[in-house]
Amino acid sequence: MSTNVISLVSIGAHPTSGRARRAEQDARAVELGLQLAGDNLQVVHAGDVSEPALRAYLGMGLDELRVLEQPAGADALPVLTDYLRDAGAQLVLTGSQAETGEGSGMLPFLLAENLGWPLVVGLAQVESIENGVAHVLQALPRGQRRRLKVRLPFLATVDNAAPKPRQSAYGPAQRGVLQAEEVEVLEDELFTGALLQPAKPRPKRLKVIKAKSGADRMKAATAKASGGGGQVLKGVSAEAGADAILKLLIEEGVLR
Amino acid sequence: MSDIIRRDPRAEWIARNRLHPLHAAMQPQQQSWMGPSGLVRKNVHGVGFIGPNGIKRIDRSGAQQGGATKRSASVEVQLPLHQVLQPAFYISVVPDMVGGRLSSHDRDLLGLAHQMAGKDGAVLAVVFGEHKESAFETAGVDRLLLLDGNEFSGYSPEQRVQGLRAVDNQFNPRHWLLPDSRSGGGELGRRLAASLGERPATRVWQVKGEECIGRAGAGLQDLARPLARLILAAAECAEPVSETRHEALPVELSTSLVRSLPRIEDLGAVAVDPGAIPMAEAEFIFSGGNGVKDWALFHETAAALGATEGASRVAVDDGFMSRDRQVGASGTWVTARVYVAVGISGAIQHLQGIGACDKVVAINLDPGCDMIKRADLSVIGESSEIFRALIAAVTAYRNGAKRDAA
Repeated sequence: MSTNVISLVSIGAHPTSGRARRAEQDARAVELGLQLAGDNLQVVHAGDVSEPALRAYLGMGLDELRVLEQPAGADALPVLTDYLRDAGAQLVLTGSQAETGEGSGMLPFLLAENLGWPLVVGLAQVESIENGVAHVLQALPRGQRRRLKVRLPFLATVDNAAPKPRQSAYGPAQRGVLQAEEVEVLEDELFTGALLQPAKPRPKRLKVIKAKSGADRMKAATAKASGGGGQVLKGVSAEAGADAILKLLIEEGVLR
Repeated sequence: MSDIIRRDPRAEWIARNRLHPLHAAMQPQQQSWMGPSGLVRKNVHGVGFIGPNGIKRIDRSGAQQGGATKRSASVEVQLPLHQVLQPAFYISVVPDMVGGRLSSHDRDLLGLAHQMAGKDGAVLAVVFGEHKESAFETAGVDRLLLLDGNEFSGYSPEQRVQGLRAVDNQFNPRHWLLPDSRSGGGELGRRLAASLGERPATRVWQVKGEECIGRAGAGLQDLARPLARLILAAAECAEPVSETRHEALPVELSTSLVRSLPRIEDLGAVAVDPGAIPMAEAEFIFSGGNGVKDWALFHETAAALGATEGASRVAVDDGFMSRDRQVGASGTWVTARVYVAVGISGAIQHLQGIGACDKVVAINLDPGCDMIKRADLSVIGESSEIFRALIAAVTAYRNGAKRDAA
């Protein structure tokens, strides 16, 4: 049984040059979709159909890419909600945040809320899908993984823990079809009050020393690795030392 | 500090020198004062000073000027108490509590909340599950709401959002502040935003009056916008609270929470190969240096503990570990929560590399080395013996856990 998977993609921006490209995390969502559904994968984009960077997704081996046509600055949420409600997908994959525009990462959360579906954040791997239930691995910080059981249909975001996207080939990218669909356009009201500006480098946090006297300031400036506070076990047997270490490891919860 | 009473000639000199900046601090406690009824009261125990042989001497010639009291090693500074009796409004903060403690990101967030609450508002911290934090007072928490119950244990984002909605109903906070982090805050905040129908300001790094600035897109742009009700703030968004002490009064929810059937079920953590985790983000590092004599046993211990392996520069130069395992200034700067240093004396370059680690455990033969000064727990002894004892203890612990589960 193959599953019906939809990947949502957006246009990315190169981190240095700012040039349009396929978005890094969305490409991972496409890659994961291709591994799960193969040819059955549907890829959907809400935006401008004439954007050449969209062809980079087609170059990953897709026959077609559906584009819900919208001008820049339009709200993608109602359009995508309507589309997904009727699409009959069991799994919808997205990147965790856009590389252009606001990039708040709210879209998957709002889609899940509107559709009433569960949402898995940071999907790393789908282990099995059977009887309307999926077992998936979720990526946690520090390289850890957690196994989750989710009812279908569900939404999932992928981040950098998902499989690396395959390269985009030029030939298939030119052969693939971009299928445009007419949809109702709703303006996003964000930019009525907000202003997008080039990122300012953030000031480095200063080390403020609150000392009342010159002697304290001198001490703070010249202090070496602070001693004290640490417990030192000297002249104990190896077993007692090992027990103390083990106790600390268990307290900190790093021993699994 | 030892109990031996010693004279401190320098302290005595400072006490005599009225121009010295520390002069006031070195003066003895006031020994006579006017009582409430007008009688002069005297503290006879405070008169005089303790001589070099530990016997109290009283110099009635008038030559003695201070230096009488034995100075304690460190004076506990009592910060002024910031009290909010009748909060006009609440600023609600949901800290990440990684490992059950406030992270530096959480403290920055509480600093921002304190700044936004001003004099009249109260900072309400909502903490899920059990915690190990003891410093809510100095971190700037005015009211503390603990939501513990086994429905919040493990990964339960939907239940937590319900809990936060109940908090929203009862306290109606003016602002919600959550850390925009990968360790839970970013996800919970966005879920809450979607559930409340609020548009959050994300990756906020500065709040100025009624405006906030956050990163947008891939970080090439900033988005300046009016202050949102729900703010997901980046690390170092404000200075942490450092000048006041707060009450951290416990408050409770008046309504009991509805328990919903979770659509996402947590089946627990999955064993990950610790060697495959990048060193810079590994949580638990077992690091070896010059003092390790039996490297086969070192690898065995690391495997038994399930820790990522690290090494000091000496161990790498001698060919016992590969270059990519080196911790320190010219290797990797690690951020582990627990760092075990075996046979590493603690060169300054190595200590720089572990600056971000929470708990450091040192196993070393030399009780005077710099690593022991840095460590939270140090065991002085031969590494190979401690390795064997550790393996035995861990195996016994794991077997015991299995027997309990069965």
